[in-house]
Amino acid sequence: MSDESDYYMDDSASDNYYDDDDDEMVDGTQDSDRESSPASEGEASDDDAFGVELSAAALGKVKRKSYEVNFETLSDAAVDRLMNKEAEHVAGIFGLEPSTALLLLRHMAWNKERLIEKYMDNPEAVRKDAGILAAPPLAPTSSSSSAGVRRSARRANSVQPSAPPSTPFMCPVCCDDEPPNTYALACGHAFCSTCWETYLHTKVREEGEFTVRCMDSDCKLLADDAFIARVCSKEDSKRHHELVSRNFVGNSSQYKFCPLPGCSYTISCPSAASKSSLMTIVPTVKCPENHVFCFGCSLDQDHRPLICHVSKLWLKKCQDDSETANWIKSNTKECTKCQSTIEKNGGCNHMTCKKCKNEFCWVCMGPWAEHGNAWYTCNRYEEREGVEARDAQSKSRASLERYLQYYNRWANHEQSARLSLDLYSKTEKKMEEMQTTSNLTWIEVQFARKAVDEVFKCRMTLKWTYAMAFYLAKGNEKELFEDNQRDLEKAVEDLSELLESPIDPDNIPVLRQKMTDKTVYVLKRNEILLDDTAQGYLDGRWKWNADAAILNEAE
Amino acid sequence: MSAISTKRLQKELAEIRKGCPAGITLLEADDLAVWFLSIEVLGESVYKGEVFSLRFKFGPRYPIESPEVVFVVDNTHQAPIHPHVYSNGHICASILGSEWSPVLSTSAVCITLQSMLASCPKKERPTDNDRYVRTAPLSPKDARFQYHDDTV
Repeated sequence: MSDESDYYMDDSASDNYYDDDDDEMVDGTQDSDRESSPASEGEASDDDAFGVELSAAALGKVKRKSYEVNFETLSDAAVDRLMNKEAEHVAGIFGLEPSTALLLLRHMAWNKERLIEKYMDNPEAVRKDAGILAAPPLAPTSSSSSAGVRRSARRANSVQPSAPPSTPFMCPVCCDDEPPNTYALACGHAFCSTCWETYLHTKVREEGEFTVRCMDSDCKLLADDAFIARVCSKEDSKRHHELVSRNFVGNSSQYKFCPLPGCSYTISCPSAASKSSLMTIVPTVKCPENHVFCFGCSLDQDHRPLICHVSKLWLKKCQDDSETANWIKSNTKECTKCQSTIEKNGGCNHMTCKKCKNEFCWVCMGPWAEHGNAWYTCNRYEEREGVEARDAQSKSRASLERYLQYYNRWANHEQSARLSLDLYSKTEKKMEEMQTTSNLTWIEVQFARKAVDEVFKCRMTLKWTYAMAFYLAKGNEKELFEDNQRDLEKAVEDLSELLESPIDPDNIPVLRQKMTDKTVYVLKRNEILLDDTAQGYLDGRWKWNADAAILNEAE
Repeated sequence: MSAISTKRLQKELAEIRKGCPAGITLLEADDLAVWFLSIEVLGESVYKGEVFSLRFKFGPRYPIESPEVVFVVDNTHQAPIHPHVYSNGHICASILGSEWSPVLSTSAVCITLQSMLASCPKKERPTDNDRYVRTAPLSPKDARFQYHDDTV
């Protein structure tokens, strides 16, 4: 019970203590701003500018740090509005029904410019490809024409439920001769309502498909959203809508879904929309459910300060067994004849391969015949082959050691961050203890909790700094980076130690002062490190070593 | 079997019993969900004189979903040697997958396959036959076919 109330109070408490640097996105208020002032936005040119406008507005509210990005949360309804806006724009240019424009845009994977270009060129071909009824005769329209003028003259893909035709009708799918109700798209291929429903259900639910064709075998006509909404059940129609907006968001580089399962928020982050921007920024974003993820690579954690490309390299290196291979290389030798892998675990240097019975010397890798009875010593060090074999081995040993050095530190911070849940509950107990043994109030003991928060955050940063250091090329820049890393690490470990230390009831005010000071210091160190790396990306200061050499070329 | 598929299959069966398209004969349909039909190419073709047997399996969602159709391969039957037919009898034809329409029927599928055979200029197995047959799923409906060539 106390847990819940603590969580609730925590936010307000920490907000009072320190300025929270995470609230640059203010959802809702901006949505309503946008809605209330459509007239002020330029009619033709505002579409692309609108994400930018919003972030500019956000900028005014909270000062952004160099390692943070502006982003905005979009609700489902906001995504719908964006989607419809695109459709209306296209509809306005070509004098189409917005529902038709939607189908066209989906057909072109939401590439509006390409659609406009192609449609200008040959509207009939585009319509045919997209599964849309041949255009009704239209006066040529210019792009300046505003939407909503010629709508009445246009036809959409769907028609009202047609009355069963006068001739004896039999549904060609289920062979029902007297269906209670039939539907047809504009192509006129009528089927009974049950079959349509089952068909749409199968498409939407089983196949996860949102483009649904007429059931007739030769008919390519697509069902538009209104038709689908009318014919299928509420759930199916909802799912269809979901698929449609997923498709829209998925095809747009400036929007992304929160990758956490079951979360339906969309984040808009125009500054991280281009691939090249990801070489200089790490767009860490947070959805309203507090799911932190990277807008660039959808990794479900904050991988600052390391950019997406390199963190991917690192994660892959940690995951795949390239390091196993490395271990084998460092700790085993291959039979000089049959190349079987051999690990020597004792005995003399006279090796006899189990497989091919080849006899050789473990030290110089030369044939044993020349060694006579010098079983434990080999004085044939000068042989070229032997020297080469040893060189290659020591190289791979060094590389493995280097990797393990960084990996161990990385894993250590990850482990500690994972243990922070434990630390939370321990700290919780301490905070209770402090309240009973001293006259501090609940609010006044929150400093301990804030300290745990900060430790967790900084450990995440530290973790990724080790991955970054692994890939940074040697030089002054790397040394400066490692200085910052060392300062932060020291500060974090000090604060950790303080958190773990037992409480002396007489010294609580001192402890409180100390811990608060340390927390602020850690926070500052973290900021300095993140700020410096972010600035370094912008200045092109970071050079990568051979393990991430592709990135140097890309720059 | 759902109500829709039963009704539809009974209707199709009745029509096929009334009269099949030329070159196609119903062999067996004791079980409404599994039918066997024989198919041969009439007129000049590389399969002149050969008779093949097709097995149709209808799921409960037929005809919304396509039936599973394979050439029977056993002691007495062989799959035709054709660039779209694997030696285990699986057929790579878009109408059995992504191009399926609920309006298509058993006889429509037979006719399509018949013309697929008739237009084949040269008896050849698919290029990836061995690989596919080794790893093929039990039902071709679970295979992910790439339909690349609709000229044959």
